[in-house]
Amino acid sequence: MSTPTEVSEPSTPDGRAARPAGAPVIKARRVRRLSKSDKVILGFMIGLPTLIQLLFVWIPTLLSVFLSFTRWNGLALSDIRAAGFANFSYVFNDSPAFWPAVQHNILWLVFLAVIATPLGLLLAVLLDQQIKGSKIYQSVFFVPVMLSLALVGIIWQLFYQKDNGLLNFLLGTAGTPEAVDWFGDPSVNIWAALVAATWRHAGYVMILYLAGLKGVDASLKEAASLDGANARQTFFRIVFPAMAPINIVIVVITIIESLRAFDVVWVINKGTNGLELISALVITYLIGEGQSIGIGSAFAVILLVISLVPITIYLSRTFRKEKF
Amino acid sequence: MSRNEERSSGGIILPGLDRRTLLKTIGVGAVAAAGIPLLSACTGGSGPNADPSASKSLTFGSGSSDDVPKAAYKAVTDAFTAKSGDTVTSNVVPHNDFQNKIATYLQGSPDDSFTWFAGYRMQYYAKQGLLSPIDDVWEKIGANFSEGMKKAATGPDGKMYFVPNYNYPWGFFYRKSVWAEKGYAVPTTFDELKALCATMKKDGLIPIEFADKDGWPAMGTFDYINMRLNGYQFHMDLTAHEESWDQPKVSAVFDTWRELLPYQNPGALGMTWQDAAINMGKGKSGMYLLGSFVTQQYTDATLLADIDFFPFPEIAMEGQDAVEAPIDGLLLSKKGGNNQAARDFVEFIGTPAGQDAYAKVDPSNIATAKGADTSSLSPMMKKCAETIANAKSISQFFDRDALPAMANNVMIPALQGFIKDGKIDVKNLESQAKALYAAQ
Repeated sequence: MSTPTEVSEPSTPDGRAARPAGAPVIKARRVRRLSKSDKVILGFMIGLPTLIQLLFVWIPTLLSVFLSFTRWNGLALSDIRAAGFANFSYVFNDSPAFWPAVQHNILWLVFLAVIATPLGLLLAVLLDQQIKGSKIYQSVFFVPVMLSLALVGIIWQLFYQKDNGLLNFLLGTAGTPEAVDWFGDPSVNIWAALVAATWRHAGYVMILYLAGLKGVDASLKEAASLDGANARQTFFRIVFPAMAPINIVIVVITIIESLRAFDVVWVINKGTNGLELISALVITYLIGEGQSIGIGSAFAVILLVISLVPITIYLSRTFRKEKF
Repeated sequence: MSRNEERSSGGIILPGLDRRTLLKTIGVGAVAAAGIPLLSACTGGSGPNADPSASKSLTFGSGSSDDVPKAAYKAVTDAFTAKSGDTVTSNVVPHNDFQNKIATYLQGSPDDSFTWFAGYRMQYYAKQGLLSPIDDVWEKIGANFSEGMKKAATGPDGKMYFVPNYNYPWGFFYRKSVWAEKGYAVPTTFDELKALCATMKKDGLIPIEFADKDGWPAMGTFDYINMRLNGYQFHMDLTAHEESWDQPKVSAVFDTWRELLPYQNPGALGMTWQDAAINMGKGKSGMYLLGSFVTQQYTDATLLADIDFFPFPEIAMEGQDAVEAPIDGLLLSKKGGNNQAARDFVEFIGTPAGQDAYAKVDPSNIATAKGADTSSLSPMMKKCAETIANAKSISQFFDRDALPAMANNVMIPALQGFIKDGKIDVKNLESQAKALYAAQ
C-alpha cells in the first residue's frame, strides 16, 4: 500500500499515533477529522438505530425461527424442548386452516391489485382535477385509513348485520329468511371482508397517487395536448409512466397489505369460518390463553418466507437502479 | 413443588443473564449507556419479591371488568375491610386482556389474589407452580361446599387451590308465554326434544336458537350431547386427551347432533349470542341452549319474568345427572401465599357472608356456598340453583376443561365447519390434539 515515509509526515507527539506501522496510522489520520464529540454523536446515531433494529427486528425474527423448531408452553425458559419439523408438519398436514388461508391471501392480493388499487388511482385522478371541495373528498376517502380496529368493526357490523344491517335493509331482505348472512355465510363473507379492505386500501393508494400526480411536471401534459393527445392518451402514455417511482411503491404496498391483511378479518370472527388468513393464524396460535408458541412461530416463519420473495425483488430492483 | 420453584426463579434470572451477554457483545460505550434503561425496560425490571410477612393489606387482581361484577367485587372487598381491618387494593383489568395475559401476569408481579376459573384452566397454572395451595383455608371453609365444588377446586397434586364464588348453569331457556300459548311441554328425553322441535318448526318458529360467530357457544351443545351420550367421565377424559378423538364414541356425538342441526338457527355462524337472545326475546324462536347469563340481555322486567329454564334432556347415560356449570372464584398467586391477609380474603369469599356481599350486587349468578342467602334469587334462578345442587357431577364447559389451544384453535373452527355443512373429520381432530397436548 502506501509507503511509510509519506505517512509518517503528519505524525504527532501522541505516543500511540507515532507508531511506524502502515495501516494503523492511516486509520488514525482518517479519524482525526472528527472531533471527540462528533465520534460520540456518530456512534450514538449509528449505534442506536442498529440496536433498535437488532432488538425489534433481528432478534425477534431469529427467535421466531428458533422457536418454530421447538415445543414451548410460554412459561419458564427451561420448558423449551426441541421438536424438529413437527410444527411444520402440523401446519402443512394437520391444520385444516392453513391451505384455505394461503388461498385467501392470494385472493386478497388479486382483489387489491385488480380492484382496490385501480380504484385508489381513479379517485386520485378525479380529485386531482379542479373539483370544488376536493380537499373534503380527500379527507373523506382517507379517513378509513386512520380509523382504529374497533371502529372499523362497528362500522361494518352496521352494514353487514343479517337482520338489522343496512345492506340487507336496502336489499329489502332484512328480517326475512332470504337475508344474506354477510358475516356468517362462508361463501360470501370473504367478499364482504374484501370490500371492507378495499374501503381502507383505496384511500391509502389515493393519497400516494395524489402526491405523485402533483409531482408530474405540468409542461409534460401541456406538450402532449399540443401534440394532439386526448386526455386518456395523456394519462396512460405520459402521466402514468412519469409516476414510475410511485407505481413501484404502490405495487410493494399492495403486496405487503395483502400479506398482512388482518384487521378486518379479525374483527369479524377472528379469522375462522371462511375468513382464514395466515396472519390471523399466527395471532391465534401466539396470543392469548390458547397459545402454542412452536406452531404459531412456524406459521410466522412461513409468512416470513413468503414475504421475503416480493421484498427481495423490490430491494434488488431499487439497488440496481442506484448503480446507474 | 421445589422443582417448580426453581423453575420459576430461573425464569426471572435468565433474562438478566441475556442482558449482560448482550451488553458484552456490543462494544460501543455510548450505545451501551443508552441501551441499559431500554433493555431493562424490556425484561420488566426486577420483580418485587420481598416484603410479604404479616401485612395488613393485600392486592386483588380482577378480570371482572363489566359494571355489575365490578361493583359486586367492590362490595366484597369493602365488606372484608369492614370485617378484618385489612385494606384491599383492587386492580381491575378488562376481562379479555386479563384472560389473554394470565401467563405473563402470573410470572411477572401478580396481585396476591385474583379472579379465575375452576377446571383445567386453574389446574394448568397450579401444575406450573404459579399458584399457592390453600389447604389450611379449606379446612375452615370446606363444610360450606358440596363434594362437586371441592372436586372442582382441587389441583392436579391433590391440594386445594381454588375458592368458588359463584356459578351459572347451561341449559335450555324459553319464554313461558310462548310455550303456554302453543301448549308445548318441557321435554325430558332426546326423542321428546326432537318431536317438540318438529312441532315448533311446523308452527313457524326457529326451534332452537343458536349463535356461533364467536365460536365458543357451540361447545355447550357438544358438551351436553357428549355427556348425555358417553357420560361425565368421558367428557373429562376427552378434554384431558386421555381418550382419543378418533373413536366411534366421538363420532356418535356428532351423529346425534346432526339430528338437531336442522332445528338450530341456520344463521348461527353470523350471529353473536346477544343477537340470538334478542331473537328469543322477540318470540321468534322456541328455546335457547346457553348459560344463564342469557338473562342479562333482557332488561325489560316483564320479559325477564317470562323466561324459564329446563335442563338438557336425557339421551343414553346418567339421565340428567351431569350439568354444565362453570364456576368463577378466586386464587392465590405464588407471592400472595405468603400474605396472611390474602389468605383471610379468599377465606372470606368462601363464606356465606362474603358470597352474599357479592350476590347482593350481581344477582345473575348463583352463590356456591351452602347457607348463602337465596331469597333474592328469581324463581328461575332458584330452579337453576336446584339443578346444580342436585347434579351428581359438574362440568366446567369445554374451554375451561380442555387445553385452551385445543378449545380455541381446533374446536372453534371444527365446530363452525360442522354447523356449516354437518361434516367433521375426527381423525384430523385427533392428530391436531396430539400435536397440541404434546406441546404442553
